[in-house]
Amino acid sequence: MAVAVSLGASACSSSDSGGDSNGGGGNAKADAALTSIVNATDKKGGTVTFEHSSGPDSLDPGNTYYGWVQNFSRLYARSLVTFKPAAGKESLEIVPDLATGLGKASDDAKTWTYTIRKGVKFEDGTEITSKDVKYAVERSNFAPEALSNGPTYFKAYLEGGEKYKGPYKDKSAEGLKSIETPDDYTIVFKLNKPFADMDYLAAFSQTAPVPQKSDTGASYVQKMVSSGPYKFSAYDESKGATLVRNPEWDAKTDPIRKALPDKIELKLNVNPTTVDDHLLNDVTTADVAGTGLQSKTQPKVLVKAAEKAKTDNPYAGVLQYLALNVNVKPFDNIECRKAVQYAVDKQSLIDSIGGSVKGDPATTVIPPTVAGYKKFDLYPTEGSKGDVAKAKEHLTACGQPKGFKTTLTARSDRPDEITAATQLQGSLKAIGITAEIKQFPSDKYFTDFAGVPEWVHKNNAGMMMMQWGADWPTGFGFLDQIVNGTAIKPSGGTNLMELDDKGVNEALVKGIGTVDTTARNAAWGEVDQKVMENASLVPLVYRKNLLYRPDSAANVTVTDAYLGMYDYVLMTSTK
Amino acid sequence: MAAYIIRRVFAAVLLLLVVSAVTFAIFFLVPRLGGQTLDSMAAQYVGKSPDPDVIAAVKKNLGLDQPLYVQYWNFIKGIVVGADYQFGPDPVTCNAPCFGYSFKTHTEIWPQLVDRVPVTLSLAVGAAVIWVASGVAIGVVSALKRGSLFDRLSMGVALAGVSLPMFFTGLVVLALFGNGEYVPFADSPVEWAGSLVLPWCTLALLYSALYARLTRAGMLETMGEDYIRTARAKGLKERKVVVKHGLRSALTPLVTIFGMDFALLLGGAVITERVFSFQGLGAFAIQGVTTADLPKVMGVTLVAAFFIVICNLLVDLVYAAIDPRVRLS
Amino acid sequence: MSDAIKKDSPAADTVPAQRSGDGKEFLSVRNLSVHFDTDDGLVKSVDGVSFDLKAGQTLGIVGESGSGKSVTSLGIMGLHTSERARINGEIWLDGEELIGAGPERVRELRGQKMAMIFQDPLSALHPYYSIGAQIVEAHRVHNKVDKKTAKKRAIEMLDRVGIPEPHRRYEDYPHQFSGGMRQRAMIAMALVNNPQLLIADEPTTALDVTVQAQILDLIRDLQKEFGSAVVMITHDLGVVAEIADNLLVMYAGRCIERGSAEKVFYEPQHPYTWGLLGSMPRIDREQTERLIPVKGSPPSLINVPSGCAFHPRCPYADVPPDNITRTERPELQLVSDGHYSACHMSREQRDRIWTEEIAPKL
Repeated sequence: MAVAVSLGASACSSSDSGGDSNGGGGNAKADAALTSIVNATDKKGGTVTFEHSSGPDSLDPGNTYYGWVQNFSRLYARSLVTFKPAAGKESLEIVPDLATGLGKASDDAKTWTYTIRKGVKFEDGTEITSKDVKYAVERSNFAPEALSNGPTYFKAYLEGGEKYKGPYKDKSAEGLKSIETPDDYTIVFKLNKPFADMDYLAAFSQTAPVPQKSDTGASYVQKMVSSGPYKFSAYDESKGATLVRNPEWDAKTDPIRKALPDKIELKLNVNPTTVDDHLLNDVTTADVAGTGLQSKTQPKVLVKAAEKAKTDNPYAGVLQYLALNVNVKPFDNIECRKAVQYAVDKQSLIDSIGGSVKGDPATTVIPPTVAGYKKFDLYPTEGSKGDVAKAKEHLTACGQPKGFKTTLTARSDRPDEITAATQLQGSLKAIGITAEIKQFPSDKYFTDFAGVPEWVHKNNAGMMMMQWGADWPTGFGFLDQIVNGTAIKPSGGTNLMELDDKGVNEALVKGIGTVDTTARNAAWGEVDQKVMENASLVPLVYRKNLLYRPDSAANVTVTDAYLGMYDYVLMTSTK
Repeated sequence: MAAYIIRRVFAAVLLLLVVSAVTFAIFFLVPRLGGQTLDSMAAQYVGKSPDPDVIAAVKKNLGLDQPLYVQYWNFIKGIVVGADYQFGPDPVTCNAPCFGYSFKTHTEIWPQLVDRVPVTLSLAVGAAVIWVASGVAIGVVSALKRGSLFDRLSMGVALAGVSLPMFFTGLVVLALFGNGEYVPFADSPVEWAGSLVLPWCTLALLYSALYARLTRAGMLETMGEDYIRTARAKGLKERKVVVKHGLRSALTPLVTIFGMDFALLLGGAVITERVFSFQGLGAFAIQGVTTADLPKVMGVTLVAAFFIVICNLLVDLVYAAIDPRVRLS
Repeated sequence: MSDAIKKDSPAADTVPAQRSGDGKEFLSVRNLSVHFDTDDGLVKSVDGVSFDLKAGQTLGIVGESGSGKSVTSLGIMGLHTSERARINGEIWLDGEELIGAGPERVRELRGQKMAMIFQDPLSALHPYYSIGAQIVEAHRVHNKVDKKTAKKRAIEMLDRVGIPEPHRRYEDYPHQFSGGMRQRAMIAMALVNNPQLLIADEPTTALDVTVQAQILDLIRDLQKEFGSAVVMITHDLGVVAEIADNLLVMYAGRCIERGSAEKVFYEPQHPYTWGLLGSMPRIDREQTERLIPVKGSPPSLINVPSGCAFHPRCPYADVPPDNITRTERPELQLVSDGHYSACHMSREQRDRIWTEEIAPKL
């Protein structure tokens, strides 16, 4: 935790002074929302207006993979636990929401028990019971024929998960046996392996209760039953939604929500230029996607001091990196991989994609705002500009003194990624590595190309551009899908290096079984270091977003738990 | 005449079927020809890290594993009698005409199309009125005052207008005037018009320029015809010569052009709608394409094709009404 | 009005002008010139033409393409609308001078007092309006009558010009008529307001030979019936042989011979006229010799040849002494009663050439 706090300071490195938590609107400085609640207020009323340039995969909390929906859905869906709506590092803390406390783990971390608060009601007046939570998990993880968008961690970790057919096909009263509901207010999860990060899974919107009698499967999203302070008064999948107060919500049962605004508007499919314009002209409250201003808007804002003061530049909890596939020659030789580690000029790469506002040079796998981050640099170079001499040394050591040819893949519809790849190409050329860039569309990148080992081997794709944000903000949540040998799949895999290191795999398993938080977090740092020692993952940038808070936005703070966007539970508007 | 119309209607239905089949084929065949597998196509309907079980379930549910013609037949059948899908505890019925059911958003396409047609219609009709009126007026004056300063200026501006791409003009207008939201006519006619003024002008600028040039060319050609001289020889006032004898002939080719332009616009003024964030058919099409949601794409394609067919038919009828040589040959 | 007199421009016509004050001449044209100011230069389409026409008479204006005959007639009608047209001279129609009268007044007279029919009736009639509608329009411009009356009048006219089933054909469109019928319809339209001057610009050129005769007969009959003055423009002498009372031969925008039809046909006094007669097929002639076309091509109207405009093509250009044909423009000179010719050769010279060389060959 101490490590985490000191990082809070370094997170503000590139802007001027640290947060000024003045309450008056418009007096806050840049990055104030990183460490404080800007424009704090207790006033009830107002309408918060969110805009998005396209749309969510679904607003159904049981059918989404987007971080912003997880954040936003807390307005109408209460999961067992959630991340604390608070400023700075506190935003990474898990606090009980529907449950009375955090999960109680058995010694082997395989059985987890939660107690649900009494007297919490759905918008239709019925009381929420443990059965509703169980049903929510069943439908979201086990019914892909109806709900296929969300993560399937529950399915992976619950005992007997691979056999259960889901509540639409398995009509038994009992449902999934490994979720027990001994009484209306107790829910017990029986896992198939030790999993100390269970509270993080419980924080997923998938645990927000859904009444079985109202569930229509895929079309439930059109008439959702709220468990939170707001309910839907209008919904259109391509235009947006309107949320109004839920009269059945009892503030006494909800210590974390203040529910200040009277109304919340969500507008979808708004031209991205217009989204930014509306923010700058204080027409809307926030860009709900949470990835910040468009590249072309950023310069407009950064040059004016008054505008810059309304920006926040948090870490997005995302690492941009270069994956070196250990099964493609000559990257099977660690010295060749180390050569690349030294060759890359990270500072110039960042400059080419837009400068320090886009991120910092990365030296570890886990980014700074994820629990378990340990600061170290195994391949240091001056100013992060790379070290040609050292790189050449390692090249010689791996038997390729003159360099070699290889293929570098990147996503064609991500301009930053293409720019970064081009920059890398240049760095590599300096030591004799000729990397031919091949571009592919994002939606096929993992399913058809970089994520398909067969294709990778056949096409000599030794280097692949990659960007990764954790599904939940711990070392395990970040690392498991990208460095664990088990994450290698014939298609759609995200362990692009095809790293299958016994040491790493075992450390991950051991770590996730460690119930003690401090020890567990330290374990992730160890894994990170092991991965870096393997040299197959070349960290490039800890990505940052440039967020903008208009004058009318109040109670604005950055939540590190949701990829560095603003906390939507707290947000309210003076309009 | 009745037989003629019936034949045209029949041909139109046939055309729509062909269009739907081709769209279907493009959507499903082309990716396969490009090397995609059914799995990767199904994976598009799934979240970030595709679970093989999930992919299999999606594939089965959407009938992706069935032969293409079976899938197509199911789609056509659905339009006529509706269809049932199982996406939850109970089957969900997509009522006839089931113009498609989006498997990504689990909504019926038809109500969404119906909802959006007025938006696109408002955009198209308003812009059409502006561009026809302004384009023709400018073209006529330019033709009558050929070589004058007005003529040279207006044709120069028109050339620029035709050359500037829509998204450029739109973005400039947006930057200068900001963006309003579409207000349905039923809510408030005044606000409806107010919200549409900017997109109308943006859209009309391009077409107005084109029509001005076309009208000018048509007028110049027509005013040189012998029957104009005859009209003057009869002692008609010059205004009557220009309008009744000249303009009427000059505008005839424009009818065909207008019919096509308007029909295409009805299928969705894609760029304009995107730039101004209007939820019309064009925006719907974009969403369908970017999220690879076939039913949405299919729905808009069929509606667009329908409008084109109708407008073509109308143009033919109008042409026959205007030009007796067509009617009586 | 007229420009200052320059060296090559014709002096005020020496032919005595009879103003319409005495009621005899219906149409009097004096020194009409129509020049066009183009980028290539000043085109002198008509360069000083004068003639008179009585009511009931027919004047034939003859010449090749570009001689200025159509331009003259359009000038009379006031149909030169281009800004580049420069019109000078005098046109007296029934005692009223038209060039100075202003376009609005001339418009009132067009279609009413003077009317014109054109060469190609298919292109000269609007394709979108029925024949009946176009005739009605011509009538109602100058007469405040209701549609029914106008329709009756139109059908009457169609009948008068010999179109069968006129009440049915009233609704038909120009493209539904045959060539001859179409020309009749155009004549009907021109005459619907009983104009006292009818100008026919090559009315039969686009028609079959058999139909030609019918149309010419029709025009002649109508003229007799209404007593109108007719100007018949043609390049074909055969056409005017039958119907013209007087002839005017034009060349390069100028009148080179003028007189009664009989005199001009049987005693032509200009080499160009001889050429025209020689190039005219005649039934009463032996077909032993080939037709003698006039050698050469029409001159440029921008750079009109100096002196006599015809001299480059005239076989007798050297006959007059001192090269005068190349330096001095010949004026119209009286040959005999009402017969004028603009040629530098003397009367004797011309008579001799006509009698000995030309006439035997025709």
